[in-house]
Amino acid sequence: MSDIDQMSIDRARRNFLKTSAGAAALAIAPGMMLFQVAHGDTQGASDKVRWGMLIDTNQCKEGCNDCVSACNKENGLSGKTGPTDSQWIRKIEIKDVSSGRELSLPMMCQHCEHPPCVDVCPTNASMKRADGIVLVDKHRCIGCRYCMMACPYKARSFVHEPLTDQNPDVPRGKGTVEACTLCVHRIDQGLKPACSEACPNKAILFGDLNDANSEIAQKVRAVATTQIRADLRLNPGVRYQGL
Amino acid sequence: MSSYPRMYFKNRLYWALLATGGAVALAGLYAVHMMEHYGHIISGMNNQIVWGIPHVFAIFLIVAASGVLNVASIGSVFGKAVYKARAPLASLLSIAMLAGGLTVLMLDLGRPDRIMVAATNFNFTSVFAWNVVLYSGMFSLVIVYLWTMMERRMNPYNKAAGLAVFVWRFVLTTGTGLIFAFLTARQAYGSALLPPMFIVLSFAWGLAVFHVVQTVIYLWNEKTLAPEILNRKKNLLGVFVLGSLYMVATYHFTNMYFAHQQAFELFILRDGGIYPNLFWWGYVVLGNVLPLALIFMPGLGKSRCVMAASLLVVLGAFALLYVFIIGGQAFPLSIFPGYEVSSSFGDGQIAAYTPSLYEFLLGFGGLAIAFIITTVSVRVLNFMPQDKPYISD
Repeated sequence: MSDIDQMSIDRARRNFLKTSAGAAALAIAPGMMLFQVAHGDTQGASDKVRWGMLIDTNQCKEGCNDCVSACNKENGLSGKTGPTDSQWIRKIEIKDVSSGRELSLPMMCQHCEHPPCVDVCPTNASMKRADGIVLVDKHRCIGCRYCMMACPYKARSFVHEPLTDQNPDVPRGKGTVEACTLCVHRIDQGLKPACSEACPNKAILFGDLNDANSEIAQKVRAVATTQIRADLRLNPGVRYQGL
Repeated sequence: MSSYPRMYFKNRLYWALLATGGAVALAGLYAVHMMEHYGHIISGMNNQIVWGIPHVFAIFLIVAASGVLNVASIGSVFGKAVYKARAPLASLLSIAMLAGGLTVLMLDLGRPDRIMVAATNFNFTSVFAWNVVLYSGMFSLVIVYLWTMMERRMNPYNKAAGLAVFVWRFVLTTGTGLIFAFLTARQAYGSALLPPMFIVLSFAWGLAVFHVVQTVIYLWNEKTLAPEILNRKKNLLGVFVLGSLYMVATYHFTNMYFAHQQAFELFILRDGGIYPNLFWWGYVVLGNVLPLALIFMPGLGKSRCVMAASLLVVLGAFALLYVFIIGGQAFPLSIFPGYEVSSSFGDGQIAAYTPSLYEFLLGFGGLAIAFIITTVSVRVLNFMPQDKPYISD
């Protein structure tokens, strides 16, 4: 084969490769653009932030259920309280056995720094986001309920029945475990959790515990607060005042 | 007198037994289908009692699957001829019960269709994830072990395989105990005593199951177990029953010593209604005292007594697991120590649990799977213990 023949073949091959690459780029580009449009800003949660709540039990009134109703509405829960119904937040009435002092307070997922539910989950469906929110990946949960056994706060519910009329922002699924998400879908839009917004007495203060200038961080520094079952050293992100 | 009719009758009986087992397994599958369709609402389980009857069956099968291998270990690892002759049968029973138990555990999941997720996503801090490895490893190891026993060319590797199985099953039952031992917030669990307790319980439960199956196989083949061998095995069962009772007693005694655990112990042992009843009558009396009497009382301890004792040990096992698993969850979590609490979510309340028929169907389905595997294998392969003339070793 002569050198000239060799060169012409090489040129043809080069042209073919160029055209193919161009066509591929043209085919992929609109898809990439649409992906960008659909997903918007894909920046993940920041580990500089630790979302948390401070609940002032002195302001929480017995019989008031506004936080619970707001949670149910926001997350598409039925609001029923049977033993198989999901309750992401509940009001607990407590009475000190020795002094007789009575208190009423809301209880939900405490968004622990060292969550036992995440430790025990076999498939990593239970997870902690970088900003401290503890969540269940509904696509990965196999429904073994080990996390429910491990949670010291009984914060989790198992979906016992088929669901209808779900809130598109809050996907849920029969046969999987769920709990308070701290209204992660609202937080990602710059809003407060529904319970915090709904409380008529402003008893639920929400904010970034890591931001020294935030209201919650300043208050946690100024007043005596309690973490429930602090003896377990889980460092919950939810704190209580007046316990 | 012809042997033909008897043989004919036995064949018929074999198929009838297999059909019965199959029907029970199918009923279990039906329960799974219903639970898949309607959700766990049709079970008796709820947000307070999250693990129910299926877990009682599954944990019994898995613990007994590990314990039955004791028979094999005493043969392969400690070189006792009487036990070595029984190692193949013990291994078969282990595989059968493991298969039954794991099937129940898997099919009770909220999303059993996601089993591939469980098989491909491992969280290495989760005891459940460890157990996925431990259970599948045990399965493979016992199959290799059986191979080294039943294939002559593989015989030289038998000792090594036996040793591996011996170690693996200790780790496996430790893993089963750890499922509960790591639940620090629950008063019934969160104790380092649980893994060794489960290991000793497995000895008794496994040997009891072995005894039942062995007796049936001897009966089927119209053979009599040599009295010396029966005597050794029944004494061993007695020792295991005593050992497990000791572990359970230690667990409750240590709990009673801690002031913050006393309310829980009083609930389980005295005030909790069905739980103390099942514990004292089901576990202690039927599952321990009566079997021990049947084994050790002078004049008793014959083949029939040992069979009855073994069945009672199994019954006691179910009673204990019911109390341990369901009673343990029924007692309220102590979220606010020192406070009386009440809420719409059962805080401070003893949780109610009424098992549904579907749960029992699923549990018995697991037993049926173990039964079918055993029956078919014993029929097609030679698992009948072949004893040499008895030598006391």
